[in-house]
Amino acid sequence: MTDAREDGYDAFLDALEAGEGYYYECSSGHGTLPPRRACPHCGDRELATATLPSTGEIVTFTLVTVPTPQFKDEAPYITAIATFGPIRLTGIVRGIDRENVEIGREVTVVIERDETTDERTITFRP
Amino acid sequence: MSKAFIAGTGMTAFGTHPRRSGRDMFAEAGLAALEDAGLESEEIDEVFYGNFIGTVSENQGHQGPLVAEAVGTTAPARRVESACASSGLAIRDAVRAVRSGEADVVVAGGMERMSNMGTAGATDGLARAADDLFEVQSGVTFPAAYALMARAYFDTFGGDREDLAHVAVKNHDHALVNDHAHLQEEIAVDDVLDAPEIATPLGLYDACPISDGAAAIVLLSPSYAAERGLDTGVAITGSGHGGDTMALQDRRSLAKTPATREAANEAYTDAGIDPTDIGLVEVHDCFTIAEVLALEGLGMYGYGEALGAARRGETRRGGELPVNLSGGLKAKGHPVGATGAAQIAAVQTLLNGTHPRSDAVDDDVTVGLAHNAGGTVASASVHVLEVMA
Repeated sequence: MTDAREDGYDAFLDALEAGEGYYYECSSGHGTLPPRRACPHCGDRELATATLPSTGEIVTFTLVTVPTPQFKDEAPYITAIATFGPIRLTGIVRGIDRENVEIGREVTVVIERDETTDERTITFRP
Repeated sequence: MSKAFIAGTGMTAFGTHPRRSGRDMFAEAGLAALEDAGLESEEIDEVFYGNFIGTVSENQGHQGPLVAEAVGTTAPARRVESACASSGLAIRDAVRAVRSGEADVVVAGGMERMSNMGTAGATDGLARAADDLFEVQSGVTFPAAYALMARAYFDTFGGDREDLAHVAVKNHDHALVNDHAHLQEEIAVDDVLDAPEIATPLGLYDACPISDGAAAIVLLSPSYAAERGLDTGVAITGSGHGGDTMALQDRRSLAKTPATREAANEAYTDAGIDPTDIGLVEVHDCFTIAEVLALEGLGMYGYGEALGAARRGETRRGGELPVNLSGGLKAKGHPVGATGAAQIAAVQTLLNGTHPRSDAVDDDVTVGLAHNAGGTVASASVHVLEVMA
């Protein structure tokens, strides 16, 4: 658990929480997420802000039985990586029965709190 | 490029040693390597030491000089941290020091002690090898990260948990004669499939244990070895290092590990070999899926083709390409910072006939490879070892 987060990351979570998610796009068209001053794929420093699509698609997921301390009260829980346009996000899946979580499933991204430490966490819901 | 001779190797037994300090474990491994080399501590020019989480687990930073002292020298020493690739990269730095002519005698290795943190503490600690903001804060543990890759692999190329189980069964079998291994226990495919889940599709027996231990090697410059008439049976002839984004979500493919491919290509070019010259391999199998990803990244198999290798017997002892004859991380154990050095020690001793599994190495095998990965392969080191004529 991180006591002091990064300004850029907190601002990103604030925007997601307000339903105004964004990402960075470099001049070569690579998508990336804040905090970032350069594109990790090509080093470009011209990062324009673009609107994050509100719905995404699960590309992989796992049911975690042995959790990190931050999620100990929630285990077992599902963590997934989902594609939102040109970027991917990693988040906790809530509101979908476990057996219905599958690759290709459409999800929306919201910000919720974890049950153990009340920290904000990226969350995927139907 | 000049060679770096491996004059000696040493390691502690890998296992659960919560009451042994890191400095003591590294002293055991480092002094054994010096003894194996026939060298004294005063001859050491430099020490390169791999360690991941000692600042937390042992409440001790600045461990380079501490462990140098433990092997009887105040020579310049540094700690190299690159998660599970810490000592693979410490050895790469050592190879470069020897090849550049700046050092003649180098001790390189690593140590980790984690069992004293308990399972929850070690799980939390190991998660630090993932991206804190974009992975750990979203519930990703280290097994979860590999589970995300495993499911993506199945989705891309096909296969299932049973294919992975054969990797675990094979590596346990290989460790049965290795008294330094953490787990000397024969298992069956059903044991793997029936084990408790950790992060689906991976279960307890898809994962390496949380181990404590240390490993070290002594590297020599060719001129020093010749001058002193020291053993020059096996040398590191190729070294490579590849990198990738820290978080899985930023990777182009979740079913491939390009950092391994980059490191391998660099090492092959450096040694002037190609993958078909290699007769035995120690790869980073922290989870069963990791061995599959490694063999494909190394170019030993095409993408999507290594999953069945253990099931088909190709990578077993007696197979065409024995993989992880030491037992691998899966059964030999994975004291994170010691692993890369232990792999190189295993390849060296398998090639020179002193490893308990050397009988599984064909007489015509003269080239071996060690692959060490950090995090979800945001770092990879590859070393080629060759028997010198």
